[in-house]
Amino acid sequence: MRVLVAGVGNPDRWDDGVGVVVVRCAAPRLPAEVLVLERTEPADLVELLAGIQAAFLVDGVVSGAPPGTVHRFDVSGSPLPPSVRTCSTHGLGVADAVELARVLGWLPPRTVVYGVEVASVQAGQGLTPPVRRAAEEVGRRLCEEVQGLLGVRWCTSGTWQKGS
Amino acid sequence: MSEARRPTRTVRVDALARVEGEGRLWVRMRRGRVEEVRLDIYEPPRFFEALLRGRDFREAVDITARICGICPWAYQMSAAQAMEDACGIRVPRGVRDLRRLVYCGEWIESHALHVYLLHAPDFLGYDSAVHMARDHPEAVRRGLELRKVGNLVMSLVAGRSVHPVNARVGGFYRVPTREELQSLVDPLRRARDLAEQTVRWVAAFPFPGLEREVEFVALRHAEEYPILEGRIASSGGLDVSVREYEEHFQEIQVPHSTALHSLLHGRPYVVGPTARFNLNFDRLTPSVQDLAREVGVVPPCRNPFQSIVVRSLEILYACEEALRLVEAYEPPAEPAVDVQPREGVGCAATEAPRGVLYHRYRLDASGTIREAKIVPPTAQNQRSVEEDLRAFVQENLHLDHRQLTWRCEQVVRNYDPCISCATHFLRLEVVRE
Repeated sequence: MRVLVAGVGNPDRWDDGVGVVVVRCAAPRLPAEVLVLERTEPADLVELLAGIQAAFLVDGVVSGAPPGTVHRFDVSGSPLPPSVRTCSTHGLGVADAVELARVLGWLPPRTVVYGVEVASVQAGQGLTPPVRRAAEEVGRRLCEEVQGLLGVRWCTSGTWQKGS
Repeated sequence: MSEARRPTRTVRVDALARVEGEGRLWVRMRRGRVEEVRLDIYEPPRFFEALLRGRDFREAVDITARICGICPWAYQMSAAQAMEDACGIRVPRGVRDLRRLVYCGEWIESHALHVYLLHAPDFLGYDSAVHMARDHPEAVRRGLELRKVGNLVMSLVAGRSVHPVNARVGGFYRVPTREELQSLVDPLRRARDLAEQTVRWVAAFPFPGLEREVEFVALRHAEEYPILEGRIASSGGLDVSVREYEEHFQEIQVPHSTALHSLLHGRPYVVGPTARFNLNFDRLTPSVQDLAREVGVVPPCRNPFQSIVVRSLEILYACEEALRLVEAYEPPAEPAVDVQPREGVGCAATEAPRGVLYHRYRLDASGTIREAKIVPPTAQNQRSVEEDLRAFVQENLHLDHRQLTWRCEQVVRNYDPCISCATHFLRLEVVRE
């Protein structure tokens, strides 16, 4: 099974970089066969999704919920809810990329978007405290989900084992 | 009462879609006359120029790359060449050719994004590329494939396509082997065919009428279609060296925007693909010239809506030029020339996908940056976008509110504005009073 884990966002715009931070931190805990992309442009994401069976996308979002709120959307069968805006200053956002892939027949059968409610997307590096805490939670949940999907688990000896 | 006769009328777009960055458009009309047009840029200014002061001259290439995720190479090249100018260095031919090759990749990637995903839906009556893709999936796939080839060129030579890591003052950290570059030949040949299809596809779009007398500004080079260097030329007869730029162009602050407006002798002007095309048609390859004539878009192209055709012709040119550079490539003896700092001022202008990008730096003897000035293309076009809006709205007061608002957004998108770069940009508001 081809699995993609991709972060979207700009780490030079505070919490907009949360997707990049999550994926960067989770990468060492993900099985080697997983295609991990720390920082992905939404326009590039469309083509990257072709040929993938399961995709996990992480981005900062704005929905009006308190900063640090973690959203998990299974977009395999339906779009992101309109109330959730992925916080893109790009011409194309994650929601557009997912829908474009769906229309073109490239959307993986399982596509999940993790969204973290952002507090600040001003210029500068770092995450605000609630978003940093949320990033850790998303990293953990993401790893568990990928591991569950692939039927592997991470052993304390530092190796992967098949089965649970 | 018809829309045109209402005493006051406002058109507002609070979040302009399909542009880079954030801004708002506001047009106010009173008794059938356009009174005020404002392109509000409310993204906070990013103080890059201040941030560069006190940094080593070698750092500007990587710092300025962060100004834009779409055209980082343009920033890197204007910065690197300005530093080389300050230090009295010319890079060897091989290095220059590689820089031009990456720049071609950036033009392909940036133009394909704008043409297919941001601009084409306007002409075909769709709200977005997603809606357009339902009826025109082949076109969207073509656009994405073109983008991919542009990214491939950039990644192979410059390390990666977003914020490349292989540029430095004096050249590159590592240059590719001839064999490595050869791997680009087949994708570029394929891209060349796709680009030709792109030109024919967009040339058949319906173009709203809008022609103004404007002054076009672009680089002009003795032999080449301008990318990395040239004199600064205008359709009004300006022909000056890059060093003389600030004697002719002034930046002014306006209250409603965090981007500075730029004027040529006090007048607005236009930079970008259409300006380059109008001033440098004779420098395009014969095949690009022939196709332009065939589709009926030749200089002077004054309708800003036709910029999508010009952008597509430039994709074709960039593919052909990239192929030429790849096939002629001989790796330079050294990836970079040694650059020793010296006290002085250096400047450079290159042709970013959206137009002339000017950088000037003042260095002290140790190579520390004491002063930096960056003039991005979107800031230069801002006033002309407002003038286009004024002219367009005045001629189209009969349109209902929804139509007029939508058309106004298109007028803005004609310029492929990169608000992030300019803020130093977009939401739309048309007020009819």
